[in-house]
Amino acid sequence: MSRNIMEERYDGGKPRLRRFHQARWDEPIIFELSREGQRGILLPEVEPGIRDVAGDVLDTLPEGLRRAAPPALPELSQPQVLRHYDRLSQENLGTDLNIDVGQGTCTMKYSPKINDRLARSPKMAELHPLQDEATLQGILEVMYRFEEILKSISGMDRFSLQPAAGSVAIYVNASIIRAYHASRGEAGQRDEIITTIFSHPSNAACAQTAGLKVITLYPDEDGYPDLEALKAAVSERTAGLMITNPEDTGIYNPRIAEFVQIVHEAGGLCAYDQANANGILGITRAREAGFDLCHFNLHKTFSAPHGCGGPGAGAVGATQALARFLPVPLVAFDGERYHLDWDRPDTIGKIGPFYGNAPVVLKAYAWAMSLGAEGLREVAEIAVLNNNYLMKKVLGIPGASAPYAEGKRRIEQVRYSWQGLAEDTGVHSEELGLRTADFGVHYWTSHHPYVVPEPCTLEPTESYTKDELDEYADILAHVAQEARVDPELVKTAPHRSTIHSIEHEPLDDPERWAVTWRAYRRKTKSYPRGGE
Amino acid sequence: MSKDKPIVYPYIPNSAPAIKEEMLRAVGAESTDEFYKDVPEDLRFQGHLDLPDPLLSEAALKRHVEGILARNRAVGECPSFLGAGCYQHHVPAVCDEVNGRGEFLTAYAGEPYDDHGRFQALFEYASMMGELLDMDVVNVPTYDGFQAAATSLRMAGRLTGRRQALLCGTISPHKLSKIQDYCLRAMDIRLLPYEPDTGQMNLDGLREAISEETAAVYFENPSYLGFLEAQGSAISALVHEAGSVCVVSVDPLSLGVLAPPAAYGADIVCGDIQPLGIHMQFGGGHGGFIATRDEPRYVMEYPSRLFGIAPTRVPGEYGFGDVAYERTSFAVREEGKEWVGTAAALWGITAGVYLALMGPQGMAEIGEAIMARARYAMVRLDSISTVQAPAFRGPHFGEFVVDFSASGKSVADINRALLARGIFGGKDLSQEFPPLGQSALYCVSEVHTQADIDQLVVALEEVVAE
Repeated sequence: MSRNIMEERYDGGKPRLRRFHQARWDEPIIFELSREGQRGILLPEVEPGIRDVAGDVLDTLPEGLRRAAPPALPELSQPQVLRHYDRLSQENLGTDLNIDVGQGTCTMKYSPKINDRLARSPKMAELHPLQDEATLQGILEVMYRFEEILKSISGMDRFSLQPAAGSVAIYVNASIIRAYHASRGEAGQRDEIITTIFSHPSNAACAQTAGLKVITLYPDEDGYPDLEALKAAVSERTAGLMITNPEDTGIYNPRIAEFVQIVHEAGGLCAYDQANANGILGITRAREAGFDLCHFNLHKTFSAPHGCGGPGAGAVGATQALARFLPVPLVAFDGERYHLDWDRPDTIGKIGPFYGNAPVVLKAYAWAMSLGAEGLREVAEIAVLNNNYLMKKVLGIPGASAPYAEGKRRIEQVRYSWQGLAEDTGVHSEELGLRTADFGVHYWTSHHPYVVPEPCTLEPTESYTKDELDEYADILAHVAQEARVDPELVKTAPHRSTIHSIEHEPLDDPERWAVTWRAYRRKTKSYPRGGE
Repeated sequence: MSKDKPIVYPYIPNSAPAIKEEMLRAVGAESTDEFYKDVPEDLRFQGHLDLPDPLLSEAALKRHVEGILARNRAVGECPSFLGAGCYQHHVPAVCDEVNGRGEFLTAYAGEPYDDHGRFQALFEYASMMGELLDMDVVNVPTYDGFQAAATSLRMAGRLTGRRQALLCGTISPHKLSKIQDYCLRAMDIRLLPYEPDTGQMNLDGLREAISEETAAVYFENPSYLGFLEAQGSAISALVHEAGSVCVVSVDPLSLGVLAPPAAYGADIVCGDIQPLGIHMQFGGGHGGFIATRDEPRYVMEYPSRLFGIAPTRVPGEYGFGDVAYERTSFAVREEGKEWVGTAAALWGITAGVYLALMGPQGMAEIGEAIMARARYAMVRLDSISTVQAPAFRGPHFGEFVVDFSASGKSVADINRALLARGIFGGKDLSQEFPPLGQSALYCVSEVHTQADIDQLVVALEEVVAE
């Protein structure tokens, strides 16, 4: 009888863990591939008719403005360039490939392919932002309609889609808070922003960048932002509150309306960081909690792909009272035509060139339209179900815990702790993470500082099957067990990734760090070889 | 939509009723409502969000979105002479191929092991930009050229411990607006006078304004209004004499033929990478670069991530990681330099692909081709008796101001008439720069043929004579 290959893939009725190995092309740096005289692309010839009139244009350049020596860019043929980058892409673990629940807080959900196709249409890709509005009615309609959708989801009155990503939106919130107090003659007095340690670090960093002081609240024993600490923090210096809810722990603060009220009574404004609103779509809104401002990340909750770290898009929502401060222009509709409204005298101004990342808005719009009200609520409910399902499995692994709010449900993510395992084995959370890479998944600890010891933040979103969640939990259980029986194996991971443990010291040493190939060559005194 | 049959959403695997039930049972919950116990009743949204009916099938969704987009008229359907910060260049197919790969498109923030590819691609992007700019440090891209300029000024402020920034008076009012908001409590922004006939910075004005309060002097090459600033060395000498930092914004696509600003004394060079293989996308294709010398005092002021090369435990294996991570807001929240977050990494990878395809020869050729076409367009337009091009004397790169004041027509009317003839005219400057009268900023690139330019000239001859 021939072997049953399928059965061999199971162990005790359960599928065995994947024998993953990431691509390892051992690819040279692109400069090493260069051979003199090769070309990757040719340009259209300049017609003789143009040459005759224009003459030698480079001769018109004054001394000092003409480049003396050509830039030492690599010289490659087109297929070489493609192969090089395709190989690098294979050494990169996109969400399209993996059970991407390990990058908690990032909402690594499925980015529908149809939406990318639509955004790549020449009717989107080849639009110049300064064209006559008559030729832009389509994209302006998309932006207008999407603003209407966000208004419903949040209860806010106006949105700007101009911020290029979430942190820019957070900055805009800070800038609007600043402008509001300035408009009331309190610019100098109100200069304190209150945030929480489990809100994204950009709430603190953007407020600081806007020239505001930062007060950070820590959680109470149950993991909720400390109400008494808030009461002690507010004063006539309070400019505003910038807060996430649910926080990075996945815990929803049930007293959020009280927080908002306390800050309002002190004369401050409240901005709701909803970068990740995935667990509460259609469940609860910024409006009902009393917020003045909120923002969404369209590359998180609204499915636009993360692009290795952008382009994304941030959408800032404001109540009627604060809409006058939003960046210009906003998109308006007069019943017949869509247009850009620049006539907003109290605006904080421009926050970037033009009107934001319109293709990302288009993808988010298409995503929301594919789901509707019921579908968006289904997104939230399944994301939360998936999270609580995964939590049950993870907490079944010896050495894992979910600090705070013991026995309670979580919303869309959990910040776990491996402190128990670390105490037993000496293996740290980061090391567990690098070992999980050997099984083809990501893993993320937490933002700094590590308030939760040995942290690990998982966010399953709505995009993964039950079996995939089981697989992820099985990987964690396997790696945790390895930490107990063979800690060295975990500590020296990854073993089946593209590369092996990196020496980190040079990256913090000015004598050795190198952000470019030319700096590396200089610092290592390497000499040209091969075709260079 | 059928009311009696629940919808199974293709993007939501566990929306299939049997699986959902199984998972609820597994966690011991009656319904998903249980997960929201912490959300108080009065904060619960009642009923359904007021949204349009969904387009559940992919076919219906595609038809709907394409139907809306059909109301756009894109560049390519008609010749366009718009620039002003967003540029029409040929985008090599390989650029789109690489940035469309799901491995890059859908990745985010993995470790330098499982995401080795993006670290190497972005290191190579920075390395190729470094060659173009003749500088050793280039950031992982920030949002856009506006942000790059604003951050460069704040870096200069921190480096010098001074507050004042002096900016060339020909800066785009929108970029100025961004900078003013971004620097509101950190810097004092002042504009410098310029020569009305050439656009060049007025050096006496600079001498008068610069002092030991000055953190940075900022100018652009090419300028927003298209002309080249030819006094770079003289400006940077004055700046350095005052102990200030010279910040220059540059179009990277010009650097195959134009000298990199480092050659005339720039300390921080910034700009936008959109011209390097990235579609215009209604202004959604921007990425900002900041470049400096490899001096720790400069490096430590970057807010952005900097990817450095490092050995691994295997000989001959390239690894990468964050250089001086402790300066970032990821590491130390409000104690970091400004902030860092999701910005424009995919465009950085794309710009790297573009530079690798172009090579030194391609960059030299494209620079020269753009200058030749722009020169041809200026000569031809200037031959129309009531049109002056360029409005500023001196060399230009791909953009130039066309003055229609003598025609007695407004730019708005002229552009409407051009649009009726299927041409997108240049950007109207009459509101932004009133001293320029009825002027427009025209842009020509390697994609414009002689026939395109001739078509514009013939149309304008008719329009101004009407």
